[in-house]
Amino acid sequence: MFGLEALDLARIQFAFTISFHIVFPAITIGLASYLAVLEGMWLKTGQEVYRDLYHFWAKIFAVNFGMGVVSGLVMAYQFGTNWSAFSDFAGAVTGPLLTYEVLTAFFLEAGFLGVMLFGWNRVGPGLHFFSTVMVAVGTLISTFWILASNSWMHTPQGFEIIDGRVIPVDWFAVVFNPSFPYRLAHMATAAFLSTAFFVGASAAWHLLRGRDNPAIRKMLSMAMWMALIVAPIQAVIGDFHGLNTLKYQPAKIAAIEGHWENHGDEPTPLILFGWPDMEREETRFKVEIPALGSLILTHSLDKQVPALKEFAKEDRPNSTIVFWTFRIMVGLGMLMILTGLWGLWARARGTLFQSRPLLHLAVWMGPSGIIALLAGWYTTEIGRQPWVVYGLMRTADASSGHSFAQMSLTLVLFVVVYFALFGAGIGYMLRLVRKGPVTDEGKEVAEGGPGQKRTPSRPLSAADEGLEDGHTDSLDERN
Amino acid sequence: MGIDLSLIWAVIIGFGVMMYVVMDGFDLGIGILFPFVKSEGERNVMMNTVAPVWDGNETWLVLGGAALFGAFPLAYAVVLSALYLPLIFMLLGLIFRGVAFEFRFKAKAAKRHIWDKAFIGGSLTATFFQGVALGAYIDGFEVVDRVYVGGSLGWLTPFSLFCGLALIAAYALLGCTWLIMKTNGRLQQQMHDMARPLVFVLLGVTGIVSIWTPLAHTDIAERWFSLPNIFWFMPVPVLVLLCTWALLRAVARNANYMPFLLTLTLIFLGYSGLGISLWPNIIPPSISIWEAAAPPQSQGFILVGALFIIPFILMYTAWSYYVFRGKVTEEDGYH
Repeated sequence: MFGLEALDLARIQFAFTISFHIVFPAITIGLASYLAVLEGMWLKTGQEVYRDLYHFWAKIFAVNFGMGVVSGLVMAYQFGTNWSAFSDFAGAVTGPLLTYEVLTAFFLEAGFLGVMLFGWNRVGPGLHFFSTVMVAVGTLISTFWILASNSWMHTPQGFEIIDGRVIPVDWFAVVFNPSFPYRLAHMATAAFLSTAFFVGASAAWHLLRGRDNPAIRKMLSMAMWMALIVAPIQAVIGDFHGLNTLKYQPAKIAAIEGHWENHGDEPTPLILFGWPDMEREETRFKVEIPALGSLILTHSLDKQVPALKEFAKEDRPNSTIVFWTFRIMVGLGMLMILTGLWGLWARARGTLFQSRPLLHLAVWMGPSGIIALLAGWYTTEIGRQPWVVYGLMRTADASSGHSFAQMSLTLVLFVVVYFALFGAGIGYMLRLVRKGPVTDEGKEVAEGGPGQKRTPSRPLSAADEGLEDGHTDSLDERN
Repeated sequence: MGIDLSLIWAVIIGFGVMMYVVMDGFDLGIGILFPFVKSEGERNVMMNTVAPVWDGNETWLVLGGAALFGAFPLAYAVVLSALYLPLIFMLLGLIFRGVAFEFRFKAKAAKRHIWDKAFIGGSLTATFFQGVALGAYIDGFEVVDRVYVGGSLGWLTPFSLFCGLALIAAYALLGCTWLIMKTNGRLQQQMHDMARPLVFVLLGVTGIVSIWTPLAHTDIAERWFSLPNIFWFMPVPVLVLLCTWALLRAVARNANYMPFLLTLTLIFLGYSGLGISLWPNIIPPSISIWEAAAPPQSQGFILVGALFIIPFILMYTAWSYYVFRGKVTEEDGYH
């Protein structure tokens, strides 16, 4: 069917489940830090707007966290069920790193999440703030471990191979492998930006509908500062990450650039647009700028960028895909920078909260962070093919070798179940967003959580909004 | 190094899996018993008895998976790929039920029945395939050169399917006695009435599994009926019978706590019987924990984190059960 083989289905299944999953942790990371900033500002300034925003976003954070846990359940098993040859080969390194990620996540849930979500009226402000900060730090530590594992698969070091299997020799070298610092910084910043644009879009959406209060304005204002400051920083980090990739995975860069061969000594041009054709070994319909490729990637005009034809055919990643996913990411990044600049300009003119074109742009940019984040991951993951552990194990040798029939059945089930359930979850989150922050929300926080009163501390019980409008069912009232 | 890290990790993972079976067992059981309780109010009570703790219960499942990957990557690779379909069905069942659990409380009354069905279906699916996976695990896996070669439907045997049904009975009884402990009034009475037949069903399926296991697996039979093992193993069936007898008596005198505690003991006995039958193999029938172990530098590395964090999770678990101790009534809303 469509020329797909069982291996392709296994890869699609992994891509599908992890793409669904990653959205939730990314927003979790960003919102946790956002909440820590809000609470810090509330404690420092005493302005109620920060407290109201805290309580508004804490509910959305809770639902999002719950979705992340449920979708993460599958991930903890998928390496074994679908990629058993990889798990056996590299498990001694990637297994412990995954264990640490899970341990950190549960440590968080066990320790501080309950206090953060339900302890507002039960512990002192200092301890509550500390819990929020710990949750924010914890999400970053979780990110640290999983990206250490992922980065090691891109740039493995600190190991030796005994009996055909990876054996860790130096954990410090394993964790702090060459691509890790760049990937971690790039991903954490992407999570912050995704959240900022999500928050900004929520505010703009309310303002466009004539709902206006100090909390909504503060949301937009903070999001626009983030866009202005962090989006350019992300571009710089991305540039460093690209240079690192050029050093360790030159084939990926060649594929991203759709660059097939170097001619003589002439510097490498930058192809803006085109259609890399893997069969014909050329990029068709291309629009290129001479020498710019060399300038960007080698910061010089005489060095050349590696070309795809320098790599054996079976070692080339699919240029058609990564050429475009990379451009989607970069294009959205540029739009983010532009949005930040426009925001600054409007702010200077005093029209930040009134300019309808800007507000419309902010709404449309709402999912931009998430889309850019996914596009970036597709670029780096498809770009490292055909390797699963770079230079050590090919993806084709990594799978469990399940049959085509099995893989199609489970893939269809995953697609149906994920869209139905996580669709409902995302719908519910958007519903909470639509409700908008309410003034003085923080004064009437729901009772709950750790403390004498017997109330639950599950993340999703922090949000008490119904699934649909007109919700008056008495069963849903909290005690 | 004198410390046997593989042994420590086998104990930690064994403990984690048992925590999972015990705790997720009764909350899956509630989903299995859902169809027998029609009243909306009583269904809410059932949900509310586990609402504060159910997501923590599943923590152990994720922890078990991740720890298996870290400490015994070969077992993680072979067992999980061999049990591909039952595990995927189980995970999907758990996801379904988890989301249904949350959204049932947030849905309108008219739409609640959809989430009820998802909850029942998810619980049954997850339990059945967990049992199937367990049965297939006892059946063992054909492994050549560290790769499972038993085929995509190797897990599908009459024995494993029967284990699926047996686990439904076990979790139903756990859920039933949990509700006896946590509720009162008509719901508790109904559970009292159901407990007795459920005990007999469980005793029946346990008996069948116990006879079937040595018949179908000669290596396990050898282990059971050879000296001195038989003396180690002998107390298990005797204790099971004693425990069952005490359980029936406790149900007959309308006891509150004893039925649940005795059911837990039964589950624990079954679990230890399983341990005796398979130890020290982590990939039955013949690959031991030491053969499947990650190198000591990997096992040691994660042991540091585990020893720090697991006690913390245990304390938190104990504390949340303590906070939510006692009976749940229709006035309580824990969602």
